[in-house]
Amino acid sequence: MSADGVDRARRAWARLSPGARAAAGVIAVFALASLLAPWLAPYRVGQQIDIVHLASLPPSWAHPFGTDRYSRDVFTRILYGGRVSLSIATLAVVVSATVGTLYGAVAGYAGGAVDTVMMRVIDALLSVPRVLMLIAVLALWSPVPVAALVLLIGLTGWFDIARLVRAQALALREREFVVAARALGAGPARIVRRHVLPNVLGPVIVAGALAVGNVIVLEAGLSFLGIGVHEPLASWGMMFQDATDQFVSAWWAVIFPGAAIVATVLAFNTLGDALRDVLDPRQLPGHAALEPPETAHG
Amino acid sequence: MSAPARPAPLLQVRDLRKHFTRTRGVVRREHEVVRAVDGVSFDVMPGETLGLVGESGCGKTTTGRAILRLVEPTSGSVHFDGRDLLALRGGDLRRMRRRMQIVFQDPFSSLNPRMTVGAIVREGLTIHRLAEGEAADRRVRQLLEEVGLRPEYAGRYPHEFSGGQRQRVGIARALSVEPSFIVCDEPVSALDVSVQAQVVNLLADLRRERQLAYLFIAHDLAVVEHIADRVAVMYLGHIVELARARDLYREPLMPYTRALLSAVPVPDPGAARERIILHGDVPSPAHPPSGCVFHPRCQHPAKDAACTQVVPPLEEKAPGHFAACIKVPAGA
Amino acid sequence: MAEPLLAIEDLRTYFYTAAGVARAVDGLSLAVAPGETVGVVGESGCGKSVSALSILRLVSPPGRIEPGSRILFEGRDLLALDERAMRAIRGRRIAMVFQEPMTALNPVFTVGDQVAEVARIHARASRAVAWKQAVAMLDRVGIPAPDERAREYPHQLSGGMRQRVMIAMALMMKPALLIADEPTTALDVTIQAQILELLAELQREYGMSVLLITHDLGVVAETASRVVVMYGGEAVEQAPVAALFAAPHHPYTRGLLAAMPRLGLLRERLQTIPGTVPAPTAWPDGCRFRDRCSSAWERCAAEHPPVYPIAPGHESRCHLAHEPARRDGPAAAGGRAVRA
Repeated sequence: MSADGVDRARRAWARLSPGARAAAGVIAVFALASLLAPWLAPYRVGQQIDIVHLASLPPSWAHPFGTDRYSRDVFTRILYGGRVSLSIATLAVVVSATVGTLYGAVAGYAGGAVDTVMMRVIDALLSVPRVLMLIAVLALWSPVPVAALVLLIGLTGWFDIARLVRAQALALREREFVVAARALGAGPARIVRRHVLPNVLGPVIVAGALAVGNVIVLEAGLSFLGIGVHEPLASWGMMFQDATDQFVSAWWAVIFPGAAIVATVLAFNTLGDALRDVLDPRQLPGHAALEPPETAHG
Repeated sequence: MSAPARPAPLLQVRDLRKHFTRTRGVVRREHEVVRAVDGVSFDVMPGETLGLVGESGCGKTTTGRAILRLVEPTSGSVHFDGRDLLALRGGDLRRMRRRMQIVFQDPFSSLNPRMTVGAIVREGLTIHRLAEGEAADRRVRQLLEEVGLRPEYAGRYPHEFSGGQRQRVGIARALSVEPSFIVCDEPVSALDVSVQAQVVNLLADLRRERQLAYLFIAHDLAVVEHIADRVAVMYLGHIVELARARDLYREPLMPYTRALLSAVPVPDPGAARERIILHGDVPSPAHPPSGCVFHPRCQHPAKDAACTQVVPPLEEKAPGHFAACIKVPAGA
Repeated sequence: MAEPLLAIEDLRTYFYTAAGVARAVDGLSLAVAPGETVGVVGESGCGKSVSALSILRLVSPPGRIEPGSRILFEGRDLLALDERAMRAIRGRRIAMVFQEPMTALNPVFTVGDQVAEVARIHARASRAVAWKQAVAMLDRVGIPAPDERAREYPHQLSGGMRQRVMIAMALMMKPALLIADEPTTALDVTIQAQILELLAELQREYGMSVLLITHDLGVVAETASRVVVMYGGEAVEQAPVAALFAAPHHPYTRGLLAAMPRLGLLRERLQTIPGTVPAPTAWPDGCRFRDRCSSAWERCAAEHPPVYPIAPGHESRCHLAHEPARRDGPAAAGGRAVRA
């Protein structure tokens, strides 16, 4: 099974467009760089090298991205900031995807009154804008621990995935292979696990990839408002916020974190769009695609 | 319908109804009742193939699914091997499902695209604890061979197969739990002629080897004539004619059956044919005509006002030949 | 045959996919005389629908009509026309009816609008005139109360009525050629009988030619005067309808006829054609049917069979025409069948 999974992944990669491969490459480079930050970074994290002489220096060989107003090396901070930004985004999306998928699969497969009630709950939750909800909580809970921040972002972001999965599950319920499983005597738990979940995974991965981009922006926004990540941690959003007021005098302290955010978000969005086309095993080219079978009706 | 000397039927369906409620309109909501199946009765004997034919919307597919309780019947009774299926709940119903299976029309939608063919065929074995581990693998390979697929194919996914091969996988899945009755819901109508013949032959062979009973649902009258022992014709939720296949095809009694048979194009350009062209469309099962549901399109010379008022009962007009028409005399 | 209205010569339509070059149509030649109905039969993947789209040059990438193909219509090579000239032919001189009218009709316009649109495009008719013509045409194709129906949307009509609307659209400009691609496959038999009768009637009335594409040999037998059997992207047999059914020559044609269950013809088992249609990315060398043919011998692998004349108007791409003694068994259409 796992050998087959590898094989499928390899085939999926072969069918990715050059743009999507570049996007995957960007994400891999950023993830690796953040992971290896302690070895790659030329300075210690948070080190104020010399606040008198080395503050707000433009890019140079010693400081490829320059230094900020506290004489911290921007390159070093971006490497460490990537750890924070990327891990918060991915973990939050994992939380959203898990909750959303389970919730949506149960609602969609159960259908009827259960589905109606569960969807009304989502409608009610969606009536409060996510950012407002987060601001309200974070304003009261400061400084917020990172784990709590991840959970908060994750638990306010699963509604769309739940709706997506629910729509898919509703459609799957009518598919004949699900009817066949019922005819075989399979119970609801088995049907959701074996027949519904595996078939919604593709769309969920796509939605997840797109959501990572959104969460990076969201986290940057919260940090920008000063209610996200707190010192001594630095996220890209926070660095960006810290430096905006000296954009004219020290543009490098703004541009580089900003570019990291934009590049990552763009990469996740590109990859998400490409995965949408590639993940479905039925999309493989074959002669069936050229001339659909003459389907008579029932 | 049961003569005293006959063996007990395997399946006994009485006055089966399935009504759906449909909501129409966005601003002004209207509820209407669609009488998909409206009082259907028949028996299937052990090892017998009953053909169920009719045009789209006549309720044949819903009948098949209601019998298996894949849709819940609105009323009526279904007895399988003497047990009242509609009284079964939860685990009892799931255990009973071993005895009755279904094969679907669409070879694309009927197999889970994320499961290997082996896993698909194996699922029934796991659910009913018929075999595990090595023994289950062996059984899966055996089943694939039995339906004419190479056992090595167990590790492949449905999209790697042609329509006919997929239909064989669906048949293997149905056979895995060793049923005595299979609802074949248009099993060959999505297939090309040459492949269709392969699958029809396979179903005929399996029936002989395993003494299976089939409810063979189809709109293709020639395929049904080939495989069925008896045939029921449905129109707008009712069975309008039921007879041994030979009798039904040679001497159809119902005007509808005659029109249906005459409409089938025959691959014989020289054949002299008398075609009855029915006018208009099948009425909506939400608003069925009064009296005989076929009367608006009926071209029977004796059609009169009575046809619009009297609901014709399904009566035995000749030995073993039932028809629902007040203009067909008994002893026809 | 008189000067043909449509002559397809060595048509090749290839699809350039990741899995290789799919030669969906690969050397098709056929002709349609004025006023004639030609039936094209074959199973899925034989290239019959792609052929129809090729005639109208509606093949979209990765599909491409290969250079060297010719489609002569009213004396002009359609493949040499520019797109503007081609648009003037589509819908006006050659019209098409599809299998699934629900997807071929636009759900957000009334059917009257859609039929009238044809006259607006090709005849520059005013809105009022086009609408009147549309209603008249809907009446002609047997739609009851056409005035009211013209104001309805496709989803409000039954499948049979939608197919009538499609036919009305196709015939609005009185085309010289109507291509009908599985026009009745999505319909019930009793509705199919209505539509086939309507098509035959309109053909007589307008004197047009019809190219009827179908998988149903029964439909062909009842409507076509000549039949082209397609397999592997090419025509393997062409004959007048009576000759094809009475004396089919190509083993594939014979196999198809024998595999069909027929009313009133009871047989123990249906005859089958072993195997499945090969993928268009990999037609076998030589004869494309040889893997499934019980008569095949070495020559079938070595040499792609040319078109052999069998009888006047009857051709077959099978080497058996040269060496009839090699035919396997007596299995003609019907075989050892017993008439019930």
